[in-house]
Order: sequence, then structure tokens, then C-alpha cells
Amino acid sequence: MQVFSRQSDRYFRIFLAVLLMAVLGSVTLFSFVSRPQFTEVGYSPVQPVAYSHKLHAGNLGMDCRYCHIGVEQSAHAGVPPAEVCMNCHARVKKDSPLLARVRESYESGQPIPWVRIHRLPDYVQFNHQAHVVAGVSCVSCHGRVDQMVEVRQVEPLSMAWCLDCHRNPAPYVRPPELVTRLDWQPDRDPVEIGRELIAARGINPPLQCSACHR
Amino acid sequence: MSEKAKRYWRSLDELTGTPAFRRWLEREFPEGASEWVGSRRTLLKLMAASFSLAGLTACRRPEEKILPFSKGVEGYVPGQPVYYASIMTLGGLATGVLVECHEGRPTKIEGNPEHPASRGTATAFMQASVLSLYDPDRSRSVLREGRRSSWEEFEAFVQQHMRQLGKGEGLRFVSGAISSPSLLTLRNYVLDRYPRARWVPYEPISRESEPAGIELLFGRPLQPVYRFEQADVIVALDADFLGLDNLAPVWIREYAARRRVATPQDSMNRLYVVEPGFSLTGANADHRWRARPSEIGQIARELARELGVNGLKVLGSGSSHPWLAAVARDLQRHRGRSLVLAGPRQPAAVHALAHWINHALGNVGRTVHYTEPVVRTDLAGLAALAEEARAGQVNTLVILGANPVYNAPADADFAAAMKRVPVTIHLGEEVDETAALAAWHLPEAHYLESWSDGRALDGTASIQQPTIAPLFGGRTASEVVALLAGYEHRRAYDIVRNYWLGQWKGRDGERAWERAVHDGVIAGTEFAPVSVTPDLRRVQGLLNEPAPPPADLEVVFLPSSATYDGRFANNGWLQEAPDPITKLTWDNAACLSPATARQMGLENGDVVEIEAQGRRAQMPVWILPGHADGAVSVALGYGRKRCGRVGRNVGHDPYPLRAGAQPGFVRGAVLRRTGRRYRLVTTQEHHSMEGRPLVREATLEEFRAQPDLIRKQSPKTELFSLFKEHDYSQGYQWGMAIDLNACIGCNACVLACQAENNIPIVGKDQVRRGREMHWIRLDRYFEGDPEDPQIAWQPVACQHCELAPCETVCPVAATNHSPEGLNDMAYNRCIGTRYCANNCPYKVRRFNFLDYHRGLQEVQKMVFNPDVTVRMRGVMEKCTYCVQRIEEKKIQAKAEGRRLRDGEILTACQQTCPAQAIVFGDINDPESRVSRLRRDPRNYSLLEELNTRPRTVYLARLRNPNPELASQEGS
Repeated sequence: MQVFSRQSDRYFRIFLAVLLMAVLGSVTLFSFVSRPQFTEVGYSPVQPVAYSHKLHAGNLGMDCRYCHIGVEQSAHAGVPPAEVCMNCHARVKKDSPLLARVRESYESGQPIPWVRIHRLPDYVQFNHQAHVVAGVSCVSCHGRVDQMVEVRQVEPLSMAWCLDCHRNPAPYVRPPELVTRLDWQPDRDPVEIGRELIAARGINPPLQCSACHR
Repeated sequence: MSEKAKRYWRSLDELTGTPAFRRWLEREFPEGASEWVGSRRTLLKLMAASFSLAGLTACRRPEEKILPFSKGVEGYVPGQPVYYASIMTLGGLATGVLVECHEGRPTKIEGNPEHPASRGTATAFMQASVLSLYDPDRSRSVLREGRRSSWEEFEAFVQQHMRQLGKGEGLRFVSGAISSPSLLTLRNYVLDRYPRARWVPYEPISRESEPAGIELLFGRPLQPVYRFEQADVIVALDADFLGLDNLAPVWIREYAARRRVATPQDSMNRLYVVEPGFSLTGANADHRWRARPSEIGQIARELARELGVNGLKVLGSGSSHPWLAAVARDLQRHRGRSLVLAGPRQPAAVHALAHWINHALGNVGRTVHYTEPVVRTDLAGLAALAEEARAGQVNTLVILGANPVYNAPADADFAAAMKRVPVTIHLGEEVDETAALAAWHLPEAHYLESWSDGRALDGTASIQQPTIAPLFGGRTASEVVALLAGYEHRRAYDIVRNYWLGQWKGRDGERAWERAVHDGVIAGTEFAPVSVTPDLRRVQGLLNEPAPPPADLEVVFLPSSATYDGRFANNGWLQEAPDPITKLTWDNAACLSPATARQMGLENGDVVEIEAQGRRAQMPVWILPGHADGAVSVALGYGRKRCGRVGRNVGHDPYPLRAGAQPGFVRGAVLRRTGRRYRLVTTQEHHSMEGRPLVREATLEEFRAQPDLIRKQSPKTELFSLFKEHDYSQGYQWGMAIDLNACIGCNACVLACQAENNIPIVGKDQVRRGREMHWIRLDRYFEGDPEDPQIAWQPVACQHCELAPCETVCPVAATNHSPEGLNDMAYNRCIGTRYCANNCPYKVRRFNFLDYHRGLQEVQKMVFNPDVTVRMRGVMEKCTYCVQRIEEKKIQAKAEGRRLRDGEILTACQQTCPAQAIVFGDINDPESRVSRLRRDPRNYSLLEELNTRPRTVYLARLRNPNPELASQEGS
């Protein structure tokens, strides 16, 4: 007596093919959607203090380096101590409830736990100083922060994305004194300006592994 | 000699080619590396674990916080390391350090270039000290009778107790050697307040015989200060002045400065060593004489007689040994430019003779001068104190940072003495053997956590400043003494600062203080030389003392290269660093000469019972070529019973053998086999590059006659490459040169590399499998007669080959050639095939077989260098030429719009090397130091015939034998 029908072999083959396609399809889909473009871009966590970059850097026109002092001297740009906020807010809006957390930190000595947005893996050593000194603007990686009420990540910060610029830096290089001018619009082709600067200043972005992985 | 091919070997097994060694050599991977060990059950467990981990990766990334300061710190830039000048004190003597701090965490120690005992370099102990700071097993709270208590409770107890002490009849203090001027002032204050109290400064490894010998000769207990740079001929009598009898790196630097030979015309010093064990100094000797420790006194006597220093006679008549006659003639030829020194294990008479010879040769004031002693210790005082305690005459015993229950002489029986004392107060960094018996245990602050001061060997004073607040609530010895004595200042900062402001009365004290803290050195505080006149009548008798009768066997007690006297037992970096000579890790052993072992029928790993004058200890045997016959040498500082998790019961404790009267060595010992075996782990055969001319050496004379001698040893093969060459016409091209003539094999580079590059500790069992992770290995080769060989050193790290065999076999391109010539290693790309390690002819790649960093506590993670990735399991790693330091300096230079200067980038090994044997730099620049060394006639590279073209080159070692003795030894 036959246990399986005549078609069962064919069904089994179809089932195997479908299974294989399902596996391959889900792997493809998973690796596609898990790319940083999808997983990282747009990350905008709620911060402990409702600080608006749009207000401070955009409307009031404060320079990035007033708060992020390390950007020209160190690997890290740095997040300012509460004292920097209090430089102004000791007088301006000094009783605002929105600033309660800042005043509390200033008085108690406890840090404000800001949530990190732009994060690289531990095996990547990114250096702000090297980029800013070469004339890569904040806007290239962080976007128009001066227009963001709540900062969000706008670029994938993936290795392929880094290499795009390291292989072809011309569109992203500007005179170093203008790196914090996020709204800067050149009066001629930015690529041409970049090329001239690269030639004049000997800018040579490294491509070897140890430039970032060490 | 150059015609005869020298044979170098690393172990007796290799020399005789035992089957075990062949098996080790021929395995593709070390044992256990390619086998699947484990049951089906473990496999299922691992699979389950990996599935659950795979599931986790789909989750959103964890939220990370950025915590800025609340108030800014002036001059602080996040991400930039800050360096603070301080000192590290060992055995009471201070060495200047610069402490690298990242975000308030000290992570790395460098030498302070301004400090006379350091001059910018650091020893292995200094490098490893930063790990002890973050040791989670450190004492964390005040203990009263072993139960948790508090500083407040202790303060209340002290208030009440100290009032009852009257004039201090039963009050006794035990501390380590003290050079700190402020603590000495406090001590005097205590002794004024309690006039009948006593204070015993005690170090288990004491140097008391040195001032005692000088007192015999000059009538005053002075301390010698040597100037090795000025000495052409050095005779060391059981004095390991390059190794463990020297706690500051500067002596090595001065010695090595006289071994640099840039041209065949340059001169070199000559080193004679007489010693029982095989020390670092002996390994660097041009002539070495193996002698039992008790014979060394006789040798010193005969040398003195040979020199005719007591006016008995001039040269050459009736000498007992031609070796000594030749040494004596060599010393005579270098009057005023020679140096004879005796080691701390030798009795006072030998020291008196050594300094008498120096005086007679006119060396005093040139290669040696004398000052008041910087530290004083009193081993006999400790025994007397124990005696008093046993008699019930001590009611309060305060032990400050010492561990006498573990390391006091066995005949003092300190544990029994301590039990008779009603109130015992112990201050220490760990809950050790002494803490276990103390009524009160107080946690001591680490030196990187506390204010203090101290003096270097030449007397130069420095301020010790903290770089982090005490992690575990520790206090300093000065704070505890101030509390006990009711001193006006209670904080260490005030105690130190007020002492120095008092010294600078009439000057701008505030400015001077700031300067002292900033520089790490207080100018003009070195001790003035004392003029001396020998009292010949007192030492005349020493010359005619009869030779001691030959005893059965003598046991020599040496400091350990890992734990020193036991205090670093819980430091994994030091425990794992192979001993420079024996290459043993995680253990000590009773070292014997091959002849003595043969005579007793002993083999490596046989456990023997050593009995000396009725005291016993068990130790495993290690056969050490070049050891003196009829002697056993053992390293102290192992077999700790109460210690942290790393050092507990590691090795065997030889302290029970040691008596107060003979702290250096003991005669009349007997070895008995126990029939047990013990597994000793050594790295000496690991990563073997068998039978190739890797170490090259020549004598100075041969080199002068034929400067291209070294290069000629390269095999003549036609070299061609299948790969395309890289273009270096622009930018930098890195290279390194290691001068084997300067390298003394001290391990400082190994430890510096470990600290800089976050290299894990793997443990004894992993080392046994050949999985040690050190990026630099210090190869030690023996050459010559197994009974009396010579040693040659060779530090080997990644050679950064121009045509690198590793790069071509990586299937995922995780190791690549950089445009500056480095072999980059991208950890995140590595999948762990280990092909690169297999194809590396130099065996310098290290694989993370396990996740060696797993399970670290938060406090242990604080030691990591944030500029270097912490590697995980399954990843290959190796020396990177400290690429993080290269990139840091390059970015700095770019920001300043200039090229890098020669010598601006220092690799971690180069910076710490006390001998300054390592030079790193740009070989595109023909004038850089490394380029000049590459043109040196002694320059060669390893395995040239493979055409890998290493970027690390070596300068061959030169020996400077006495021509008279060379002909004797050759015959």
C-alpha cells in the first residue's frame, strides 16, 4: 500500500523551493532594512532638557563652538557643562521651568544625562579635530542642526558613507573658517572650491584601515 | 669565532632535541587550538546561547548617555589626555612618573623626563602599577576583627585608646622604608609625643648590608651613588644592578649609554659578573663567573689581594685564579674609570671590600660617591619587636603598609607575636595575611590616589600627587599617623604642603609649591656628596679571613620579577609576564644548574622539599643553564595565602626558609624529593623560529677589524617578488630599529605594550597552550656550554614587512598594507581563520581564542586605553607600531600645518625602554634617527632570505671580552 500519493514528491519539491526562497528573501530583506539608512537615520530620542538647537544656533545665531569646545582640539566635540548654559541663563529666563533640570545640575553637581544620538561602533575612532581642521563642515555629517528643534540623525554614519567622502572629498571641503556656518551657500561651484582647497592645502583623506580602526 | 657557527637554543629540550620539543614545534597550532574539546552537552549549550544571541541582534541599539561636567574644569578638553607628574615609590625610593589620565582615569604610566631616577623611562613594575589601582580585590572598608566597620568607628576608638598610652611604653610601629620627608617629620612628632614608643622601618628585601659595609670601611653608614656612565670596567659581585637589585630605570640607561657603538671607533664598557643565579646583569655580562653565594666573599678578598689594595704586594704573584688576575689587571688599567659593586644579598664585609677596592682604584668621586642614606631599614629591629611582643611587652602595634606575617624572617614568627598584642592596627591596600590577624584593618590609598612625597636614590625630593579620588575609601599612611598622634593637620594634602611651605620660608611658597607639583621634581634637593676616608685598620682583618668550608648546598633568596617581594602578587600583568631568564609565568621555582640536577636525579617539575637549618619549604625544580653548581635560587613573593583572586596560592612560598640572620642566602641546605610532580609553565619554546640566524653577535674586536661582519651572515639568495611594490614617494614611511647591544631584556617594553594596547591576561592554563597574548615577546637565547652559557636577547614584535606574507593569505582582507608601510589590522573585519598567523614567519600574531575580557567588573574596565579597541573572541591581533599614537601626532601636526618632527612619535615600548634600545621614525627622511641606524654596519633584519623586507631591523649585539680571558676561555 502506498502511504504517500503520487503528487507528494512534487509537493515536497515545491515546498523546498518555497522554503529556500522564503529564507533567501527574508535574508535579503533583513539585510536591506537593517542598513544604517533605515535603522539609524531619523533617530531622535527625547532629551532630559528640551533644548532647541533651532532657537540657539539658528534664530540666535550662536556659533557651534560656544558649546562644543573640543571640536577643533580633540577627537570629541564635547557636550557642554551646565555652567555654560548658566552663563546666559543666570540672567535670561532664569526662572523658566524648562530650565529646572539645568539649574539643578549646576547646583548639585550631578550631570545632565543627555542621550547620545550620533554613535559609532567601539572599533571606530572618529576624530572631530582632523575633519574640522581640514574644512569639513558640521553640516556634512550632522545636517542642518540649526533648523532642528530636536536633533535627529540625518546621515547613516556607515563605513560606506564615510568612504564616499574620503574617496571624493571635493564636494565637502570648504574654507576652515566657515565650517560652523551651516547655512553657507558658495557663490560658485562648491566642487571647484573644494578642489582648489584640496590642492592648496594638501588635503589627502586616508583610506587605510588604521585611519579609523585601531 | 665568526667562522664557527654559533648555536643558539632556548631550552635544554631544544638543545638535545627531545621528542616533546619536536612535537611542540611541528604542530600546526599549539595544543588545544584545533581540537574540539567538550561534550555534546556543551555543544548544545553553546548552540542555544548563540541562537538567543542571534535573536538579540534584531533589537534596537541600547540608549547611551553622555554625562558632561556640571561645572567646567579650566583647560580641560574632553577626549584629550592630561598628564600629571608624580612619583612611584618602591622599597622607599621614589621614581618620577607622568600619569596619563583620560577623563579622570589614570590609564598609563610614563617616566618623568625631568626626574633623575627616571629620565623619561619606566620599569615593568611602574608600568604595571596602574593595573593594581583598579584591582577589584583591593581592601574596600575598615574591618574590626574581620567585620565591616567604618573610619568613624575607628576614629572614635583611636580617640579613646591613644589617651591610655601614656609615654608609649607598649606602642610600636612597623612601616616600609620611608624616604618621604613629610612622613619622617610626622614620625618624629609621634616619637616626641610618645617618647618610649618605637618605630621599625622594615623591607623584606633589605639592603642593610650595604651601609653596614660602608660603615666598616669609612666609619659612617653611608649610601653609594653610582655613575655607570663614567665606568669603563664594571665588576658586579652578586649585584643585579640592571635587574631586581635596582628599582629605578636610570641605572640601566646609564649602563646602556656605554654600550652604544655607532662606528667601529667607538668604545664600550666591559662588565664582569660573579653570581650564583642567572640574573639580568649576568645575562648581559662580557664575562661571567658562576659561584656559590658564600664563595663570593672569598672572590672579593682574592680580587682585593690581587690588586694589592692593602699594600701587601703588586700584581701577579701567587694568585689562585687567572680569571681574577686578568680582571685585576683590567681594573688597574682603568683606575678612576672602573667600578666594583656588591649586591644586597652579600654580607657587610663584601661591601666593605668592594668599596675599599673602589677607593684604592681612585674611583671615589668619579664613578661612585657617597651620601647620607635616603632610606634606612631595620630587619633586626623587626625580630626584636617580635620578641618583645611574644613577651607581652607590646600593647599597641601599628603596621603601615607592610605585610610581616607573610614576609618577615621565619625565625621571628611574626604571626605568633602578633597574636599576643591586644591592639593591632594594620593599614594596607589588600586584606592580606597581616590584615587577617589584625584587630583593625584600614584600607590604604594607592599611590595614584594620594598626596605624599619621596626621595630618589640621589636624594632628589618630589611631590606625589593623586590623579583620582580614592576608589575604595582608602587613606594614606600619613593620614593614619596624624590621626593616631593627634597632629594638627589631618589630610595628606595639608601634611605634605605644610611641610614644604615650612621648608621654603622666606620664599614665595605658593609659587614654589605649584612648581614642585607641576614639575614632579624639587630642584636642588639632592644630597651632597660626603667625603670619606677609609679606616684601613678596621678592614685589614677582612682580607685574611679564612675561606668558609664548603657546605652541602646553598639557597639564595631573590626578588621576583613579577611580584617583587609578594606585594604585586595580585597583578595579572606582572604574573603573566615571563621571567626574563627562566621564562616561567605564574610561578616560581627552585632553580638548579644542570649538573646539580643530574647529580640529584631531578628533572623540571619535580617537587622537592628544601630544608635549611631546620626550616622547610616545598618547591618545584627548574633546571637553569648557567646556574652555579651546589646552589639553589628561589624567587620570593609567591605562595600568598591571603591575597586577591589573581595571586592566591600562585607559586610556592620560600619565606619559611629565610632567617633574619641570613636574609640573602642560607648555607647547609638539603634537597629531598617528595615524589610529587608540579606543572610549571614556560614560554621559552613558544613561537620558535628554529635554527635560523636570528640573533647575531660579534665581539667588539671582530667588529672593529671587519665592520661588515654582521651583514655577511645573511644567506646569499636571489630575491624576487611576485607582488607589486608600494609607492612611498610621498608622506611618511615608518620603521623601527632595535639595538640588541643596548637591550638588557628587562620586560619593561612587554608591560608598556600591554598597558597601552589593552592586551588581555590569559592565565596559566592558556599560556601552557601557547596562547599568551603579549604583542612583544622577549626571546632569550642561550649559546654555548649548557653548564655555562651566554645569553642573547631579542625583542620580537610584528616586523611590519614590506612584502608581508600575512596580507596575501587573509580571505577577508582584514590585514592590509597602509600607504605608510604599516600592516594594518582591522579587528572588525577579521573572521578568525588564523591563516595570517600560520603564514607569519616571525610568529608574532596573537589570536583571541577566548573572550579574555569577559566578566570584567566596571572598575577593571577603567584601565583601558580609550584610543585602542578592546578585542573580542575570534579576532587576530598584533603589534600596530602604536598606530593610535601615530595618528594622534599626525592629526596634531596637520592642525598646526607642519610635518612631523623626528622623535615626535614615540611607541609605547620605545618610550618606556630604560636602555633606550628602540628607535621609531620616518625612514623616508634620510636624517631621522631610525634612518641613520638602518645604515649602521650592525644593522640586519630577520629572515632576510624570505624577502619579506621587515620594517623593524636589529642592530647586532657586540660583546667586549677581555682579550686575556678570551684566549683562556677559547682554549
